[in-house]
Amino acid sequence: MRFDKYEWTAISIMVSLFIFVGFIQGWSVSLVILNMCIISAIMTMGVNISWGYAGVINFGVMGFLAMGGLAAVLVSYPPIKEAWQVGGSGLGISFILMILLVIAVFFITKLVEKKSHKYWFNGLVILFGLIIIRYFFLNATAKIEEVDPALAGFLGGANLPIIFSWIVGGFFAGGVAFVIGKVALGLRSDYLAIVTLGISEIVVSVLKHEEWLSRGVKNVIGLKRPVPYEINLQNSEWFINMVTWFNSSKLNNIIDPDTKQEVMNNLIIDGSGIFVKLNYALLFFIVMIVIYYFANKAQISPWGRMMRAIRDNEVSANAMGKDIVKQHLIIFVIGAAIVGVAGAMLVTLDGLFTPSGYRPLRFTFIIWIMVIVGGSGNNLGAIFGGFVIWFAWIEVAPLTTFLIEMFTSGMDPQNAIRLHLLDSVPYFRYLLMGMVLLLILRYRPKGIIPEKVRHS
Amino acid sequence: MLLNFVIIPGLSYGSQLALGALGVTFVYAVLRFANFAHGELMSFGAMITILFTWFFQSQNIGLGILPTALIALPFGILATIVLGLLSDKFVFKYYRKQKSVPVVLAMVSIGVMFVVNAIIRIIVGTETIKFSDGQKFIMKAKQFKAMTGLNEGLALKSSQVITILITILLLTFTFWFLQKTKTGKSMRAFSDNEDLALLSGINPDRVVFITWLIVGTLACVAGTLYGLDKSYKPIIYLNLVLPVFASAIVGGIGSPFGAVVGGYVIAFSEIMVTYAYKKFFKYLLPESLEPSSLVQLLSTDYKFAVSFTILVIVLLIRPSGIFRGKVL
Repeated sequence: MRFDKYEWTAISIMVSLFIFVGFIQGWSVSLVILNMCIISAIMTMGVNISWGYAGVINFGVMGFLAMGGLAAVLVSYPPIKEAWQVGGSGLGISFILMILLVIAVFFITKLVEKKSHKYWFNGLVILFGLIIIRYFFLNATAKIEEVDPALAGFLGGANLPIIFSWIVGGFFAGGVAFVIGKVALGLRSDYLAIVTLGISEIVVSVLKHEEWLSRGVKNVIGLKRPVPYEINLQNSEWFINMVTWFNSSKLNNIIDPDTKQEVMNNLIIDGSGIFVKLNYALLFFIVMIVIYYFANKAQISPWGRMMRAIRDNEVSANAMGKDIVKQHLIIFVIGAAIVGVAGAMLVTLDGLFTPSGYRPLRFTFIIWIMVIVGGSGNNLGAIFGGFVIWFAWIEVAPLTTFLIEMFTSGMDPQNAIRLHLLDSVPYFRYLLMGMVLLLILRYRPKGIIPEKVRHS
Repeated sequence: MLLNFVIIPGLSYGSQLALGALGVTFVYAVLRFANFAHGELMSFGAMITILFTWFFQSQNIGLGILPTALIALPFGILATIVLGLLSDKFVFKYYRKQKSVPVVLAMVSIGVMFVVNAIIRIIVGTETIKFSDGQKFIMKAKQFKAMTGLNEGLALKSSQVITILITILLLTFTFWFLQKTKTGKSMRAFSDNEDLALLSGINPDRVVFITWLIVGTLACVAGTLYGLDKSYKPIIYLNLVLPVFASAIVGGIGSPFGAVVGGYVIAFSEIMVTYAYKKFFKYLLPESLEPSSLVQLLSTDYKFAVSFTILVIVLLIRPSGIFRGKVL
């Protein structure tokens, strides 16, 4: 992969931003922002693949992220045996009944000739089937939710390392995207935007309220980590040695043994936090690079060319014999799966799963702003957008506080306007995001790093 | 029984949705894009109305038993119209002249949504605000029992009655305007076929201007009524956008009559599906058959999902909505 001048500038801006924050606000803050930036960049690449390559709009980002998060819970949490004992059979029965119902509907559709009869029969069968299933299902879930509600109350997971969930999350989100795509693709673009937005809300509300599956609004906390815990690090020999080695010059200057010990302890505590975050950053970075590599390969492959052809002129691509509906479905699922991976990573980083935290403003629209600002159709642009926008999202608050202080410094410190403005600092980030989006769409509609048109 | 908990809330919620959906439909039919900022427009109108209500309350101006918000409403409408026109002048106009594709305009409206959202939050914060005053109930449950001798109460909130009355007024006016006046007819012509309308000498800027007038009025009234009925909370309106869109599409986007019907369809189905029918069955069925649980079809939590399920079903069976849309 060769970068041109533009792209080198973008990369160096990204790197220098973090170094700058590292020196001003401390490395820990810088790394926290970096981790979220990488995750945002992965989400952005997911959206960019469906929107930038093929022009398929996907406003369901929030729903796919939540599916990824669910995967993280289901993969890593230890199973709750009691819950399986009381509710497992009921769930099993309702699952089997569900399959039977689908088979029945399938057969009716095949066997009954007349169209109006078909609708009636199917409707009746589905109605009765659902009533029976509901009976078993509600019994089972009620029992499951009763098991130790303060700590458990759900089925638990598979007790595997949480890293696996990143892949599983991709599959979960892809599966949901497949169903949505089957139903909704083929609608006009702005309808599709609204429908995907709505379905993602449905996904999140299901996760919120089906407590047997995800604990709902009670949240799941204390998920396992793929990296060591700070407390273990602080007690391990090699880590202490490493910290001493890094700071040897500083430590040698201190002569008094008591102060030396104290400084040492502080350094170790700080160091362990930074070390954990660095580990996360490394893991995420590897995932990002892998996805970036494959996304780029796909874009310049014949398949990528076909996607661009479909995006730029659907009619003529269709005339060339490309199956547009199928290709749209494929790319929608791939994009959603990447978003799902990012969702699982997000939950891994936080260590907790809070379904009520998924809000469209934060998890759908911001991601879209990242894509538009970075440059749709260009993967590096997507990463850049993710980095810059997330960075701005975090750093706007200190900046506006500073600006407001500066502009109102002439006023009385208890002035009502000044106090009100300082109170509403967190909301200025929305203002900034909106302005950035509007300006970019107006003056640089292809994004900061536009798509490269390859003539090959 | 049903009247109390299904029909009256359904009617008032449906009226709010219908007014909102009508605004979305107008933007879609005349300006040709899906306006994601509509919810924020509603919120903005409600906010200005609240600010004026506070002002009037502090001056001791009121309407007695009616909420003070009614006098403040015209100011809110004015402000919303100004906001709409400003957003059009500085943002949407450029893309209209460029003849951008609808998706780009939808993205732009998201940008506007963010900005308006930020302005609202900076001005009033995110707290829940109750601003209804005056008499709360027109008829209390006990009075109704005494009046009719039935053993189930019927409570009538004044905000609900006001909602329904204002909606009837506004809808009549809008449809009269569209069908009977010359300007209304020119708007319909413009939305039907832009080129032909331009050829026959209709001034597009005027049509756009009138559209924003109507949209601003509808949005502000819908937002204020929703705030009166429930209570004002800036973040709620973002969630309200989705049912509003759902009603506009279900009714057939671009058709005003469809938007109104869609609003009521969505509102009634949301309330009916999540209503606990236990008491209802108690009256119909003999004692022995009385159901033990609440007999809810779905728990109240899924209110939101209902409107979208309907939307998806309608889009699958009849993609152009109940009333074939596209033309005012």
